[in-house]
Formats: sequence, structure tokens, C-alpha cells
Amino acid sequence: MTVEASTQAAPPRPAAPARHRPVFVIALFLALAAVPLAVTLGLPAHWLTLVTRAMIFAIAALSLDLILGVGGLVSFGHAAFIGIGAYATGIMITEGQTEALIILPVLLAACAVFAAVTGAVSLRTRGVAFIMITLAFGQMAYFLAQALSAYGGDDGLTLYEQSTLAGFEPFANRTTFFYVVLAVLAFCHVLVRALVASRFGRVLRAARENATRVTMTGFDVGRVRLVAYVISGMIAGLSGFLLANQTEFVSPAFISWQRSGELIFMVVLGGVGSLHGAILGALAFLIAEDVLSGLTEHWKVIFGPMIVLFVLFTRGGLVGLLGRLTGRRDG
Amino acid sequence: MAEPVLALIGINKAFGALKVTDCVSLAVQPGELHALIGPNGAGKTTLVHQISGVLRPDAGQIMFKGRDITELASEKRAQAGLARTFQITSTIPSLSVLENVALGVQARAAHPLALLRNAAEDAALNEPAWAAIAAVGLTERAHVLAGRLSHGEKRALEIAMALTLEPSVILLDEPLAGVGREEGERLIALLNSLKGRYAMLLVEHDMEAVFALADTVSVLVYGRVIASGDPASVRADPAVREAYLGEEG
Repeated sequence: MTVEASTQAAPPRPAAPARHRPVFVIALFLALAAVPLAVTLGLPAHWLTLVTRAMIFAIAALSLDLILGVGGLVSFGHAAFIGIGAYATGIMITEGQTEALIILPVLLAACAVFAAVTGAVSLRTRGVAFIMITLAFGQMAYFLAQALSAYGGDDGLTLYEQSTLAGFEPFANRTTFFYVVLAVLAFCHVLVRALVASRFGRVLRAARENATRVTMTGFDVGRVRLVAYVISGMIAGLSGFLLANQTEFVSPAFISWQRSGELIFMVVLGGVGSLHGAILGALAFLIAEDVLSGLTEHWKVIFGPMIVLFVLFTRGGLVGLLGRLTGRRDG
Repeated sequence: MAEPVLALIGINKAFGALKVTDCVSLAVQPGELHALIGPNGAGKTTLVHQISGVLRPDAGQIMFKGRDITELASEKRAQAGLARTFQITSTIPSLSVLENVALGVQARAAHPLALLRNAAEDAALNEPAWAAIAAVGLTERAHVLAGRLSHGEKRALEIAMALTLEPSVILLDEPLAGVGREEGERLIALLNSLKGRYAMLLVEHDMEAVFALADTVSVLVYGRVIASGDPASVRADPAVREAYLGEEG
């Protein structure tokens, strides 16, 4: 660096503003870790399965937030990655391969390739065109899954075995499964947080606001976005692996555009770009869905308007709401 | 005369039937402040866009440090040391001043896109950024979000961002536009302090500033350079007086 300070002495550097400690995030994970305990103390038993499922979707929503919230790219085909993860798992188990140490590399590679190819095309566009192209690729994956007649086609594929991990059966016990999913969610959260705070993440964030400036600074914005898209797709694929093992069933419905829409909604509900907001959004979405559908069979009539009102009246989603309630700017 | 660091050779650009750049040739010498003036619609910004790679010229050549960059992508030009600021200020509003400038340092760093290491506390990025911030007099505002700066401060920030590219040439697209008198004077002093160290191509409306700062002035009218030379001779040129200075009164 050869920039010299001007002749007069520079004023002292101001101190960096104090950073908030991630209190919400820690509280959130502690609350999740206590769910199995709460079930032994009287919380309905199906909550263990419900929260496990919600955390699996939280992983997918978190991955979507990386490109949607941080990168500013509204992908409307993110369920395709859950589907690829779930189908790769289902097909390999059907073919007799249950070992996660083999399934996972194959699945992650498949998601990476799909993301790289579809991303290379769709990232040439912006705004509504990007939404439509990702939707189109998502629908392609959906119809491909429907056409897989050897693996259930339209009816879906029932799995008669779960994955093993290095010979162990981590998914056989519901409590163990719960903690495995919690650990994966925590790992993904730490990973995505680190990505966002890194040099790479700074370029991704900056490009969301002013791509021209970032290009003129000397960065290849398209490449940075593509890498983010691939990483995001791989994490969503991981959630598909967990989902297939939980439901022991895989179907084209996993990939439907409604599912992609729900993922976007989870991110918006929680608070776009905050990462833990996506987790909170997924939990709130699935739990509200479960509770309401237990009250009445016409639950969608309540759920729909509730969603609309919520988005209208909470700026910044659940995270923004929590922040205002506790007088903090963010978690 | 030394080898120019930036040279345009017979640049042409038309939008349909409208010739916006008409066989423009000009050269910027190392350390020189070359001002480009001209009335509204003369094609000044279009020319800057072609130099920075936003637009491709229809014909002609752009030479930068002895290398033909006519077909080079924008980010490659920036990496090679051709920095620019924008007519409409262009910063990253939700990043702090320090982060905006560190982004520029990062572009030149060994691992510009490192995936996991925290960037905000990275001294390898922050130290050079602090130096550039001090050079433009923004030290006290370093932790303020760029979106909250005053107009003149944003201009200074843009210049700091350009400095981090260790540029051979800085393209300044109307840095004084829309800036108040007091801030304008501070910016002129800043540009003056950078003069000689960096070659600059200054596109500017403010005639007072141009004639105070520039080593060379070129006048662009309807896409064509009608005069080029030292400020005094350009000011005296009858064609310039008629086409441009006359309008100003």
C-alpha cells in the first residue's frame, strides 16, 4: 500500500462500535436443546418429531437466506435442492447403500453440479427474470422426479431402511435423531455466519447493494454469486438427506414450487438476511401450521390471513420484532 | 514527452444515428491532472464509461500503461490500476466507511475472496484502509455507515476507495456535482493534495475548480474534442469561448 497520509497528522482513530453479543441465537439454541427434556416433562410427544422436522426446514431456510437475504437473489426454486438431497438418499438406500459417509459426498456433489449449471444460467439475469428462471429449473427437477418411475414416480418412494453413519444408526432413536439435526443446524449456522463475515461475504453483501461499484472495485460479482449459490444448494441438499431419513419417504411434492414459496416465506417471516431469523421463521411456520391444523380442518383460512398481517405489521420479521421489544438493534 | 499512462486513439461511439463520441483522441501523462470539460450532453460520461469498460467503443483503441485494454472487462481494468468514481455517488450504503474502503484493499489482497476468516477484524485489510481514509480526511467518520455520510463526505469516500486500488489513473466523474461550497473547497484541496502522485482524468462542470486544478484541459462538444492544451490557452481559444464558456456568461 502506498497511500500516504496527508502532511498534517491524522486525527486519532475512533473506537469501533461495540458489537452485540448473539444473545438471541444462544437462547434459541438452548431452547431447542431443551425440547427433548420438555417432552419427558409433559410436552406432547409428537413435538419431538415436529421440532426435528422444523429444524430440518430451518437448515434449508438458512441456506436460502444466504443467497436471498445476504446476496439479494430471490431464488424461487430452492426446494429442488431439498429434493435432490432427498432423492439421492432415497435412491441409494433403495439400491442398498445406507452408509451416510458414501451417500453424503454423492448428494453434495449432485447438488453442487445442479447449482453450478442452473446458477451459471440464472445468475445472468436479475430481479423478476431471476425468480422465473429459478422457478423454471425447480419445476424441471419436479417433473424429472415425477418421471422417475423406477423410484416411485408420481407416488413417491418409500424407504424401508434409514441411513447409517460409520455403521451406527443415529436416526433409529427419535431423541438421537433430534440431537443430530440440532448439531447439523448449529454447524450450518456457524458456517454460514462465518461465510457472511468473511472477505467473500463482504463482497456478496456489497454486491447486493451496489454491484456496479463492486465490479469497478475489481471483483467478479457473477463468480462470487455463483459460489454462494452452490454453497447454498449444498446446504439445502443436506437438509434433504435429513428429511428423507425422517419421513422415510421421498416424493415429488418435496420439490414443488409451493415448497420453494414456503421457504421464501420462512425467511421473510423470520427476518431477511439475519440468518437466525431464517431458523426462527422455519420453526414458527411449521409449529403454527401444526398447532392450527390441530384446532380445525379449515386451518388454512386462519393461517393465510395471519401470514399476511404478520408481514404487513412486523418490519424485519420476527427478528425485527424481537429487537424492538428488547430495544436492541439485532441479535 | 513521456509515454502517456492512458491514451485514447480515435474512439467512436454512436447510439443509433446519434454520434456521442466522435473520433476522440487524448492522452493522460503520469502524474498529470487532465480535465475534460464540455456542456451538458457533450458525451463526457459516455466517454468515461468507455474508458472504465461499462461501454465498448464502436471503433478506436484505449491504451493503458502501454497495453490495449479496449476489450478488457471492467473488473480487470480496475485490477490493472484504472480506478473511477461516479457522477452519482456510488458507495455501499450499509457498510461503514472503513468497510467500504477495506473492500477496495481486499480487491488487491492475496486472497480477495477468502471464505471463512473474519474480514472486519483483518488488520491486513484495515491498516491500508485507515491510511486511505486519513488521506481523504475521513478518519473521524470511519465507523459511520456510508449511507449516512453527507454528500461531500461520500465523494471523499469514493476517492479513498479509488486510492486503495493503487491506481495508475483515477477517473473522476464530476466529483464536485451537487456538493456545497464549503465541502467543494475541501474536495478541491483534497484533489490538489493528490495531484502529481496519481494521474487523474477529471470530468467536471465547475470551471473555477477545473482551471485551478488542471495541468491540461480538453474540451468536448457534441462528442468531439474541439480544443486541448494548458488551461490558459484553452481559456483563450475562440472556438471554446463560443461553444462553451460564452454560455456561462
